[in-house]
Amino acid sequence: MFKKEIPTSNRSKVKSSVQRGLRQRLLEAYPGFEPYIEEIMPKKGSLEAVKLPDRVTLYTIDSIPLFFQPIDGPPIPHLKLVHQFPSALPTIQIDRGAIRFVLSGAALMAPGLTSPGGRLPEKENAFEAGQVVAIKAEGKEEVCMVGTLKVGTEEMKSKGKGVVMDEGHYLGDGLWNMQLD
Amino acid sequence: MAEVADTPGSLEPQARHIVYCGVCTLPPEYCEFGGTAKKCEEWLEAKQPDLWTRLYSEGELHPSHLIQLYTASASASVSAYPDTPTIINSSRSTPIFITTPLPHPLTPKQSHLTPPPDAVTANLSTLSLSAQERAAKDAAKKEARAAQSEARDAERKAASKIQIKRVERNKRKHVTVLVGLEVFGLENKKIAKDLGKKFATGSSMTRSAAGTEEITVQGDVSEEIREWLLEVHGDKVPKGNIELIEDKKKKKADAAAGLA
Repeated sequence: MFKKEIPTSNRSKVKSSVQRGLRQRLLEAYPGFEPYIEEIMPKKGSLEAVKLPDRVTLYTIDSIPLFFQPIDGPPIPHLKLVHQFPSALPTIQIDRGAIRFVLSGAALMAPGLTSPGGRLPEKENAFEAGQVVAIKAEGKEEVCMVGTLKVGTEEMKSKGKGVVMDEGHYLGDGLWNMQLD
Repeated sequence: MAEVADTPGSLEPQARHIVYCGVCTLPPEYCEFGGTAKKCEEWLEAKQPDLWTRLYSEGELHPSHLIQLYTASASASVSAYPDTPTIINSSRSTPIFITTPLPHPLTPKQSHLTPPPDAVTANLSTLSLSAQERAAKDAAKKEARAAQSEARDAERKAASKIQIKRVERNKRKHVTVLVGLEVFGLENKKIAKDLGKKFATGSSMTRSAAGTEEITVQGDVSEEIREWLLEVHGDKVPKGNIELIEDKKKKKADAAAGLA
């Protein structure tokens, strides 16, 4: 989604009523942020909206990116936020071999998850397509990508190939490198 | 970008405080994929010795394969003589990085090799070798590209100049035009605003006909701008690369020519 560098664009303050709505939406999408919401989005803090290409809006507080909102679909937290609260998002894991492809912006493919180095949830906790997940890497502590699943985890296991996530926000992409201050 | 992400939550207990690499901006454990692995390691060693020992030297590490990984990389970097070229060193150490040989998820050729676990172990040796080779090649290429672009960048910086022009507006009034800041990693728009504040005059970023950006500051403040640049952005702008140009004479001559 953000393979290219993002030019600095204009930002605008968000109305406090809209801010409340966004906060609500974020919590609905990610109940995991519930305990920390006051820390992430203080009621008093003034949220700013930054327009990104492809009709995506990034929300920041004090030049710290929080999450971005594509025109369709749920808000997706910025990787820096995920790094701060790694437990808030459901997580899957890719194997070592896949890291370099992910970090250069390739679509995430199923074999990277189904191989021994990858980790997918058990059948009972399977994720459906459309779920926003954080992606960890084998042997690493931090999350390297967030995005929306295109395929449910059970289907991944049975098929074992194909694209799993094609538009994610990964370490070192345009959004990551964006200068906000 | 700040070298260390100072988040608002860092004061409070819940948010994790994360150190990001000052060279490639990734979390340090991902530096090896950033293309500037060597530099990142040096940075980390200088700035975050604790983390450095945890990541690069043979310390206590959690997942078993990690121990293998990082001890291998550490010994490689320790054994590397100072005069060993970076590329060779990295290509030597990267294959060791890939200790868990796995079928490559993104290579169509191998997707049919994603087999039941037994076959994986059977295929281990050959697969790992080719995967290793490819990863090493990729890393070396990336590093070379990074080095190249850096060299090009440095060259460009050395060659280009910041021009501070004094342009006559109206006999006794002048504007100062600044060109060429963006080469040195300064943002025209921001600098324009800062200059306006500093000199309490109108200051704006304008796009010239040729499409290049320039800053127009009202009033003759060339000398002050030069001093301010060196003072505030002295770390980015070398002194010798600032050029003061006075348009006045030429303009006068032009006007005289026009009159005559």
